[in-house]
Amino acid sequence: MAKLALENVRKIYKNGYEAVHNFSLEIEEGEFLILVGPSGCGKSTLLRMIAGLEDITSGELWMDGEIGNYKEPGERNLAMVFQNYALYPNMSVYDNIAFSLSVRKKDKEEIDRKVHETAKLLGIEQLLDRRPGELSGGQKQRVAIGNAIIRNPRALLMDEPLSNLDAKLRTQMRVELAALQHKMKTTTIYVTHDQTEAMTLGSRIVVMKEGEMQQVDTPANLYDAPANKFVAGFIGTPSMNFFEAQAVREEEGVLLLVGEHRIRLSGEDAARLRAHGADKVWLGIRPEDIAVSAPQEGRQTERRPGWKEGLLADGNYLEVLITDIELLGAEKLLIFLLYGKKYVAKVPAETQVKTGEQRRLYLNMAAAHLFDCATEKRI
Amino acid sequence: MKTVMKMKQRLGAYLFFVPCLTIFALFLFYPFAKTIYLSLYKTDKLGQAKLFVGLGNYAELFTSESFFHSLLVTFIFVAIVVSVSMLLGLITALLVNKNFPGIRVFSTAYALPMAIASSAAALIFEIMLDPTIGIIDKVLGTDINWLHDERYALVCVALLTAWLNSGINYLYFSAGLANIDEAIYERASVDGANEWQKFTRLTLPGLSPILFYTVVVNIILAFQSFGQVKILTEGGPGESTNLIVYSIYRDAFFNFRFGGAAAQSVVLFTMIMILTLIMFKLEKRGVKY
Amino acid sequence: MDIQLEPQAAGRMSGEELKKLHERMKKREKSRRLRKLGARFGVNLIVSVLVILPLLYALSIAFMPSGELFSMEMNLLPKAPTVDNFVQAFAKIPLFRFILNSFLVAGCITIGQIISCSLAAFALSFLDFKGKNVIFMLIMATMMVPGEATIISNYLTVSGWGWLNTYKVLIIPYMTSAMGIFLFRQFYLTFPKSLYEAAKIDGCPNLVFIIKILIPLTKSAIGAMAVYTFINAYNMYMWPLLVTGTEEMRTVQIGISMLNSVDSQSITMVIAGVVMVILPSLLVFILGQKQLIRGMFSGAVKG
Repeated sequence: MAKLALENVRKIYKNGYEAVHNFSLEIEEGEFLILVGPSGCGKSTLLRMIAGLEDITSGELWMDGEIGNYKEPGERNLAMVFQNYALYPNMSVYDNIAFSLSVRKKDKEEIDRKVHETAKLLGIEQLLDRRPGELSGGQKQRVAIGNAIIRNPRALLMDEPLSNLDAKLRTQMRVELAALQHKMKTTTIYVTHDQTEAMTLGSRIVVMKEGEMQQVDTPANLYDAPANKFVAGFIGTPSMNFFEAQAVREEEGVLLLVGEHRIRLSGEDAARLRAHGADKVWLGIRPEDIAVSAPQEGRQTERRPGWKEGLLADGNYLEVLITDIELLGAEKLLIFLLYGKKYVAKVPAETQVKTGEQRRLYLNMAAAHLFDCATEKRI
Repeated sequence: MKTVMKMKQRLGAYLFFVPCLTIFALFLFYPFAKTIYLSLYKTDKLGQAKLFVGLGNYAELFTSESFFHSLLVTFIFVAIVVSVSMLLGLITALLVNKNFPGIRVFSTAYALPMAIASSAAALIFEIMLDPTIGIIDKVLGTDINWLHDERYALVCVALLTAWLNSGINYLYFSAGLANIDEAIYERASVDGANEWQKFTRLTLPGLSPILFYTVVVNIILAFQSFGQVKILTEGGPGESTNLIVYSIYRDAFFNFRFGGAAAQSVVLFTMIMILTLIMFKLEKRGVKY
Repeated sequence: MDIQLEPQAAGRMSGEELKKLHERMKKREKSRRLRKLGARFGVNLIVSVLVILPLLYALSIAFMPSGELFSMEMNLLPKAPTVDNFVQAFAKIPLFRFILNSFLVAGCITIGQIISCSLAAFALSFLDFKGKNVIFMLIMATMMVPGEATIISNYLTVSGWGWLNTYKVLIIPYMTSAMGIFLFRQFYLTFPKSLYEAAKIDGCPNLVFIIKILIPLTKSAIGAMAVYTFINAYNMYMWPLLVTGTEEMRTVQIGISMLNSVDSQSITMVIAGVVMVILPSLLVFILGQKQLIRGMFSGAVKG
């Protein structure tokens, strides 16, 4: 049974701006759903509509089979964690966590027991007498989560909860959040603009752009089979490289012309492209699917499935100019120039490359993605 | 060479204080010291210190019924002014806390009293409170000589002052309300709090950081009321509106008892200082934000 | 993912029913919103009229013929409005002179305060020197001394100097304020110190830094302070009352209140004068309100 469902939900603001177009989605019991997209894509608006902080212009919000559009925020039994935590500054941590129970006039002893339980779960028992102003970012975060989970809500809504933390703490909290959700099994809808966060946390991810849903899928599928160019570019860091290519059908397979480079496409990809019939396509290659040399027997390790076969494909290289090198640690990024545009490759750190060098870069065609230039949809 | 440069630099820094410190020295520190000095003397009609009496002026004050009465009147006055004007400021600030059409006009109206001079306001209130032609008596259907009745005069002057001071209080509270994070109200709605709970648990405590400051400013402001007393009641009827500042003025410029007036000034200063210090102490202990 | 909507819910409500529900709820929501808005507007209207009632009443009397005022009837509005009171006020009282005096005094005080306060605040927030804290505490301590507590000595001092009945006696004692220094300092502290250091490296002298960089950046604080100072100076009462005796030197507030006792038959004329006197400060306030609020909201109160 779907706990929450959205059906053809739209949001049009008074000034005529349409923040969310026809959005439909079912959220299942206990799932950790991520809404991800660049700022202004309508993900926060969507979350706020679910919470009841914004009106739904049209469409339905279903909650356990009932229509939820017109319920007051407090009646929806949802809990929300805000970006800036929104802790009540004049209340102690204890009162902050207890707030949702105390406004419902619950029994004092029960509240006390639950507050301590929750605080223990989050490891903030020793902070109960403090005020929010005396807490660190991570502690505030825990208090906000404590307030949210104490009354066992129908669903937990989180609006960019980690964005105010520093990078290290963010990673740590991410792990804790995932563990907590796993343990509590509370249905969670989590909004973020950070695709790394989305990929590591969610069991299902909704990618949004300009108020429209682009794709809903598991992290692995989003990475391996992005529905369109936007999703492909949005998921994964550094972003996927897109080369504009002309498709030329041959007897066997398809030839992709990237400038003067002729890249042969065979097998399934070729068949699909043939069937699709587009001439102009985007050839999408992730930075990690580019190598500086063709693998020699026994030397190159298998980095990704199909890596070797992909690289050994026929004529799968580009002659480029290396303009910059960024060392990341175990790997380094090569920024290269091709026909006046910049692209990125991710190679092992020990690779011998110099800036200003003219190099031949090999593409792992097994992991190549093709997108129709006109519709930007995946082929 | 280097030390000369440094000296020059440092002197340069002090130069920036020449204008303000000169004025403070001439018209604040010096007269302040002089006031204390005068308070220890009997003076002639020109305000020259003539006879050292030590704490004599103070002793006189603290045995004078009139002075205690003046203090009492001042406290009642300050209590009315501060509570009424802060309440009015709070209510008006709350009324325009949410956006709606016409809000600009209303907020201007609420802040407006701060732009009005005490003397001008006093002249208007004088007509309004007049027993024969005044609108107040006409509206209430009463026949009270408000400003010449010991029971009412103080309250009338206090209410006028509260009205005058409400404008700045409106601004303080508006600023205080604007400082409350909007998101905590949203969180409270999701948490299921109703409007009243939001008001008592979030809005009122949320104002506490500026509350202390506002109270101190209001008390000091109320203590200093003069124009309205001078114009409306001149301390009367009886001594019912003889606020301490008016009493200082009267003693100095009508009775030419500069020494006694100076002693009262010192008492006034001491009271305000103690109040301010208490408030800041309380604030440090009470409000953690 | 291909789970259907909960069957009973989907079955219970057809598209038609759903549409009706939406219509009904939207209507209810809308009327509730309108009611709320109406209530808010109404309450505000009542309260704001109450707040400015004394002013409205004064305005009404100012246009009332003198005879109309003296009646036992309810006379909220003039039956035969006249501008006669204003004409008389200008003819009989040197109102123009009073207003000019007040403007001159308030203007000089405002400019003087802005200059002296920004200089001191600059040194307090950007320069390092010995005794900085002492000077700051000294300035802050002056806030605790009410002007009324020193007014006698001040009066004796200036009369000793023969300054009575001059513009300078009205202006100079008020040329600085601890409040202003504090306000500006709070503002300057929000700027990074590197702003000053960069200017220093470019060889920019302190005064140029203040004029070219600091003042343009603190327009809102200066605006707020200017409005506040001007209004307070314009409305000053006790000090001008003590130190001015001649008609030429009187400020409006003193001038107008002196009339009070002259002749009770001319009440309407006095009120017309009061309206004229209030007008400039109201104007300054309304025009400067935005500045005042912006300045206050951005630091003065938080400090």
